[in-house]
Amino acid sequence: MSRPRKTPAALIAAAVSLSLLVGVLAGCSAGAPSRVGDGGGHRDPFPQTEASTPAKGVGTAPAVMGASASWSNDPRPRPPGSARLTTLPAQDDAAIVHLLARATFGPRAGDIDRVRAEGAAAWLERQLDPRRIDDTAAEATLAGMKTLAMPTDALLREFPRPDPTTRQKIQSGEMTRAELMAMYPREKRPGRIIGELQAAKIARAVLSERQLEEVMVDFWFNHFNVYALKGDGRWYVTAYERDAIRPHALGRFRDLVRATARHPAMLVYLDNWLSSRADFTVPIGPNRGRRAGLNENYARELLELHTLGVDGGYTQQDVREVARAFTGWTIDRPRVNGTFVYRAMMHDRGAKTVLGHRIAAGGGESDGERVIDLVTRHPSTSRFIATKLARRFVADEPPGPLVERVAAAFRATGGDVRAMLRAIFSAPEFWAPEARRAKIKKPFEFVASATRALGGRLDGAGAYALARAVADIGEPLYEAQPPTGHPDRADAWVSTGALLARMNFALALAQHRFRGVRVTGGATAADGARQRPDEVLDRVLASVLHGAATPETRAVLTAQLGDRERADVETLTALVLGSPEFQRR
Amino acid sequence: MTRRTFVKAGACALVGLGTIPRFLVRAADAAPSRGRVLVAIFQRGAVDGLAMVPPHGDPAYDAGRPSIAMQRPARGVAEGTIDLDGFFGLHPALAPLVPLWQARQLAIVHACGSPDATRSHFDAQDYMESGTPGVKSTPDGWLARAAAARPPRTSPLRAVAIGARVPRALRGSAGAVAMSSIDRFDVRVTGDGGARRGFESLYADGVRDVLHGTGRETFEAVKLLKRAGAGQLTPANGAVYPRGRFGDAMRQIAQLVRADVGLEIAFADMEGWDTHVGQGAERGQLALRLAAFGGALAAFARDLGDRMTDVVVLTMSEFGRTVAENGNRGTDHGHATAMLVFGGGVRGGRVYGRWPGLAPEQLFEGRDLAVTTDFRALFGDVATRHLALAANAPLFPGWRATATPGVMD
Repeated sequence: MSRPRKTPAALIAAAVSLSLLVGVLAGCSAGAPSRVGDGGGHRDPFPQTEASTPAKGVGTAPAVMGASASWSNDPRPRPPGSARLTTLPAQDDAAIVHLLARATFGPRAGDIDRVRAEGAAAWLERQLDPRRIDDTAAEATLAGMKTLAMPTDALLREFPRPDPTTRQKIQSGEMTRAELMAMYPREKRPGRIIGELQAAKIARAVLSERQLEEVMVDFWFNHFNVYALKGDGRWYVTAYERDAIRPHALGRFRDLVRATARHPAMLVYLDNWLSSRADFTVPIGPNRGRRAGLNENYARELLELHTLGVDGGYTQQDVREVARAFTGWTIDRPRVNGTFVYRAMMHDRGAKTVLGHRIAAGGGESDGERVIDLVTRHPSTSRFIATKLARRFVADEPPGPLVERVAAAFRATGGDVRAMLRAIFSAPEFWAPEARRAKIKKPFEFVASATRALGGRLDGAGAYALARAVADIGEPLYEAQPPTGHPDRADAWVSTGALLARMNFALALAQHRFRGVRVTGGATAADGARQRPDEVLDRVLASVLHGAATPETRAVLTAQLGDRERADVETLTALVLGSPEFQRR
Repeated sequence: MTRRTFVKAGACALVGLGTIPRFLVRAADAAPSRGRVLVAIFQRGAVDGLAMVPPHGDPAYDAGRPSIAMQRPARGVAEGTIDLDGFFGLHPALAPLVPLWQARQLAIVHACGSPDATRSHFDAQDYMESGTPGVKSTPDGWLARAAAARPPRTSPLRAVAIGARVPRALRGSAGAVAMSSIDRFDVRVTGDGGARRGFESLYADGVRDVLHGTGRETFEAVKLLKRAGAGQLTPANGAVYPRGRFGDAMRQIAQLVRADVGLEIAFADMEGWDTHVGQGAERGQLALRLAAFGGALAAFARDLGDRMTDVVVLTMSEFGRTVAENGNRGTDHGHATAMLVFGGGVRGGRVYGRWPGLAPEQLFEGRDLAVTTDFRALFGDVATRHLALAANAPLFPGWRATATPGVMD
């Protein structure tokens, strides 16, 4: 990667990256060949050869063909906020724990030592460049999940929906669901697609070395939420996360908006694929002769939830004009190809006025691109995105000055996600005492962090089981119905029922009740037999809570030990995972 | 919900027509020996009030809805709009609610909604649940304030939401409990139960923060629920709940009422009302949702039997939908909608509220049904009267009702 300002630190970092890269390449020859350059719509979920070609815009599926040239090929001087971090104020282990709690899905055994040895800034910079991080452990668990790399047309072909006659029989009650299930072998059922996607998500959160990328993929998926079970969505969501979200998770905001706007998953979820000029009559197909017209759904959520924010300064008239601009952005043969297509005959050719800017008549497909340019450059968007990022990484109500600085980084870099993250991680507000453990973990974060704390290893079945556990605590992955996605605030997740579900998960995990999940934790049953109970307790507390246990919690757990000769390691571990301290990050 | 269960639920409702439950025969002097319960139901996603309660008497009703308007009621048409009063009708999928209407237990408030013009689901739900349209900083919900206006808390299960999360309407000092299912509301321990005691101790000491407060309430609720055996109660009076999440929620609220756990306010919600595409008319997508909705409400009333004299059910939705259908035989976000109220003390058999009309010049912003009843007037009327709150209870800060719809005795 060319870097215009070669500070000594940057040179060292470049040398480190290069040596890492050599290691990755060496490991690559023994592994699966990369398919990054494959133009057939396939995309390896773990491309490894990213030496000089950026992941974005090269070899990606047609759905992101609008993506612009990547910043890393841009020879102009780098704007402020995009310079590599050289130091971070992570002076002690508690600070490193804080960094790991926010930038990853929670520390594993040994992570604190590794960050201390490498230096917090260098570690974070490596996380900001995930293609250079070897990830064979996660890949091994994902290897059996073949749908993850399949293009949408192959999913539609290999996991077909029941034919119309069978569906009719189900609807009328002539055939039961059990009979239907008996007709279809398990490996051909469409349900497998979302099942594998959910399993892969928790497996990556637990196992991947590219932790910050996983955190950001989860963040952006919820920001650009789609509901997997609406319409034909289940056949599209795999490609949506893989091709529209993941390549840009640490890239440019505008590329995320472009890629999601064009993706069939979003086009179906927010109905834009059906939206047309007011006087359009369907010329062919089963709906031939039907009058269609405008649908505002995508336009409204683009403004309210994806870019400007609900108070960002748009009107109902803007919503309609934006909807007109996107008419014709639809899906080619939704049940065969499932790819983006622009259909000129559905498009409203008239002039539009969006947020005070005139879009001249006759712009065709580029009308939507113009709207994306307008909304991603709008000052409200920089503040809205900065607020959400600061909420994810700092506090539910993030400090105003921090949000302003992150918004400034957005504006200075044209929405570079890395620049915004650097602004957050180098901010005094991030490292302030009041930010420590200020966030309540979402169920997904809780399950991943608990499994990581116990050194969990999973196979495919284990990943399925953990994904179901996340749903039981209230966060069914890829199945958030409202366009706001799963919330990122404590008040949504702190409730009695959910707390019980967390305790039950902690018990099941510590007692090895999840098939396919192997956990060890800070203490094993053998330790329990060998060591004094209070020593065992110390080990469990140190490995799971890293010194954050309150005196009250320690007292309760000591009382739990009672006067037994041996500590019940499993119960102790479960209690620590279910403690108030571990619900926070 | 499959078509088969819909038909089944409908058939049960028709059987119900012959034998009107005893509670429907109003006993004027029935003293409330047991506690009163308010059940709030949120239809998330903005239900089309013009399809749920079609104003078939309005000449402009079907003008903008060529493919989704319901047929006007007519003799001999079994599956068309059910006429209520010559002007308003009920969607045929809501047939299970007809006995409640005929017994004057079910009231409808039409053209009801928020004075705030937002068409954002998120904001509108937030405003309706906080009870403060246009104000986002309100820390608590209107139902939590209603609970706080009652005599001091006596039961840990005084306010219960069915679901994984406490809804905005119940956030605050009410100590509301959220449970996805009664059966799974416990620490599932193996062995001597040491883990349950351990967890309880971890969350016991003081209300230091949100987690400790929640944890303590959790264990109180677990114990009470177990003692009362609510989960073991099977539906009474032959009630059959439609399959699905909402039917399950209503069945469990009925279990809590019947087990006398001290429930005062219950909350459940149902999604799937955001019908932008292929809404359907007498049949179709919306009809299936309404069948599950109406079937569950009717089963609830039947299940509770006499006990309904102590219970009022109030339904709400963040806004309505456009008067005209959109380009995809669906409807976009609109303004006013219709809300239902039924149970003890409800002056039913009437549609309340001033009808603003559907002619183009009568519409809000030229496209939507106008609001003529502020949702706060309805919610305040129902909660204040049914839960016997003081007239000046601060349910809706910064707002004072000038008129109430008068749906309650």
